[in-house]
Amino acid sequence: MADAIDKTNENARPLSPHIGIYKQQINMVMSIVHRLTGAALYFGTLLLAWWLLAVAQGPQALDIVNIVMGHPLGKIVLVGYTWALFHHMFGGIRHFIWDTGRGFDLGSVNRLGWLTIIASLAVTAALWAYALHTQGVF
Amino acid sequence: MSTRLPPTPSPTSATIRTPLAKVRGLGSANDGTDHFWKQRLTALANVPLTIFLVWLIARYAGSDYATVKAALHQPWVAIPLLLLILSGVYHMRLGMQVIIEDYVHGEGGKMLLLALNTFFAIAVGLTSVFAVLKLSFGA
Repeated sequence: MADAIDKTNENARPLSPHIGIYKQQINMVMSIVHRLTGAALYFGTLLLAWWLLAVAQGPQALDIVNIVMGHPLGKIVLVGYTWALFHHMFGGIRHFIWDTGRGFDLGSVNRLGWLTIIASLAVTAALWAYALHTQGVF
Repeated sequence: MSTRLPPTPSPTSATIRTPLAKVRGLGSANDGTDHFWKQRLTALANVPLTIFLVWLIARYAGSDYATVKAALHQPWVAIPLLLLILSGVYHMRLGMQVIIEDYVHGEGGKMLLLALNTFFAIAVGLTSVFAVLKLSFGA
């Protein structure tokens, strides 16, 4: 792709609205965040695999996981992981709505964008309130 | 006097695609809507399975060995977990493939990363499945 750009004509004119000068809009931000959460979840599966393998290995291995994830940074990662799961899930549901051909008008697009971020934050908060209530680790 | 434009050839009559190619509907990459369809199919499966996973995390992250082991020993925990792992790694492999294809333009680097993507998905998936099955069949 990069090779296809005509380098001799580089400074002649702007080719498209560059991301740096383009006004941030909820839909584009949600699109970027959807990809970022997807990439984060990709590597987040290592956490799940590590935890499951530790349980399969025995108490000492699980203790190490619990010490690392019990650290404030570990807790931030874990809460972030569940938020990424929710955000990517709600973003995916938004795509399912679009798949039916609905929700393409500007009002709906903006509403769905805001709904995605608000729902993901609200449900993450509710989840950890539940965890706090049942388990007391947080 | 108005100028008359020559009739525009219809997209179907102007094509050089063979009728067979049209019927197969596989396009130039030869896999048609396969990637899209599998991505959506795993996405649909992942909705309930994700809700299950976040519950599992919130309920058992940080719990002691005996508690977690007992939980994962139950079929109604192990089976959704196995389904999630399979559907999840398939879905994430498709997603990362698109990210690589979007940003990596060198042919060699792209091929290498696409291969690593597949290896990573299978390795993480198999490791997780192994751990769950080991617990299910009594570790």
